[in-house]
Amino acid sequence: MNLKRRNFLKTSGAIMAAGALPISLVEIAFGKTAAEKFTFAFISDSHITHIKGKEFVRNWDQGLIRAIAECNMMSPRPDFVVYGGDIAQLGLPEEIDHGLDLLSDLKGDVHYVMGEHDYYLDLGAHWRKRLGPEHYAFDHKGVHFVVLNSVLTHDDWIQNSWNDKGWEDGMARMKAMARLDNPHGSPFLVGADQREWLRKDLEKVDKGTPVVVLSHSPLQKIYKGWNFWTEDAEELQKLLRPFDKVTVLYGHVHQIQYNQIGNISFHAVMATAWPWPYPSSYAQEASYMPTLTVEMNRADPFFERDATGWQMVDVHTGNVDMHYKLPDNTNRSVAFDEQKGHPADTRYQPEDARIPPQKHY
Amino acid sequence: MAKHKPLATLVSGALLMAAGGLLSADEFTQEDLKRWEKQFVTVMERGEGLFHGGLASTNTMSCDQCHPNAANTHPETYPKFQQQLGKVATLAEIINWCIENPLRTEPLALDDPRMTALQAYIVYERRGVELAPGKH
Repeated sequence: MNLKRRNFLKTSGAIMAAGALPISLVEIAFGKTAAEKFTFAFISDSHITHIKGKEFVRNWDQGLIRAIAECNMMSPRPDFVVYGGDIAQLGLPEEIDHGLDLLSDLKGDVHYVMGEHDYYLDLGAHWRKRLGPEHYAFDHKGVHFVVLNSVLTHDDWIQNSWNDKGWEDGMARMKAMARLDNPHGSPFLVGADQREWLRKDLEKVDKGTPVVVLSHSPLQKIYKGWNFWTEDAEELQKLLRPFDKVTVLYGHVHQIQYNQIGNISFHAVMATAWPWPYPSSYAQEASYMPTLTVEMNRADPFFERDATGWQMVDVHTGNVDMHYKLPDNTNRSVAFDEQKGHPADTRYQPEDARIPPQKHY
Repeated sequence: MAKHKPLATLVSGALLMAAGGLLSADEFTQEDLKRWEKQFVTVMERGEGLFHGGLASTNTMSCDQCHPNAANTHPETYPKFQQQLGKVATLAEIINWCIENPLRTEPLALDDPRMTALQAYIVYERRGVELAPGKH
């Protein structure tokens, strides 16, 4: 563990005393000099839900408010914040605007990722009006960041619905996509246009430059039934394969997941709203949970913020170490194991080190 | 109740009916089985609808938001010691906890047809899993 990270843990420990909060903090410390090291915070999946008038679901507001508060208390200051998608529950302008009102309290720049709950009411129109382009790239202190809209799907489903009768309105389509277990849903896609944009964008990047891809969906295939899945994942992974070190950080799944596919490390971030079960706990269908992942503790529904959490991510020498800060649970660290060449939990990875709450069934 | 019983069944059933029963036990047809299954499926599908936004939640929340395909509900483990309540509880009691807390609305009577429907759906999505009463 490098000195930088120790300092960071100490600082975050002080914040923890005031209450653990569901944001993700990312520390990038790959640079050759201290000046090149930097951190960013990662907040995701707040699912701000409009009830009526000025009423919103209190629990989800509170998750986001606490994440923002902790983010603003962080020292050293994160260079920027990433928001991983699903500001809204049903894509309503009221929900996106209320979420962005809350997020406007964040100090510093925020890079936004589109989630399906932001998209399917108006195909992203209000989100774009407030936040701009849905895919873009930026460079920060030697790391190339790519933001994708990975929640697109087949045009036929978008236009004609699952039974070719068409959608009654945008809200019908939104609700169909918002239902995670919808048997008539449609798989996430990045799509040919965006893949071509990505191919061209990456042409300009030196193969030794660490690449961090920010996506809402996993860019790997875990369980299609709940869209823990990206239909064109293999094509995207192929575009990323020439680079020495690639990390994909994604939201959507509301749980700890990590994986290694070739040169690409994958890490999910926690939601500020609520946790989702692991696909393996659905007894009627097979799923492909990465065997590397030591699962988060089963949620205790009597604690509102349990099984939400935030991560401190440390990208040293271009690889990611993820530090999960978990309210009401022991914190977790998933660090890149240089010898094994993949992420591993620093405490719970060996079978005999795991604890009963990590067993999902 | 059954409507298309063979005559012999009706005759033999008459004795039981005299003792307060309606039909003879263990004498049902494939049609009966299909009809009873349909009865179950109708209620189970009603439960699926209730589970996916059909309850009178006061804050728009629904069961499936946390439990897609009713996953992570563990119906096979009930009754079990529910440590947060400090007692052995049934699945229906925990369903009511969710209805009162995340969904912020009134609990259902334990014999409310909606409670029956919810349990039918939850258990159906868990079919095939070995019973494990008390497991946490």
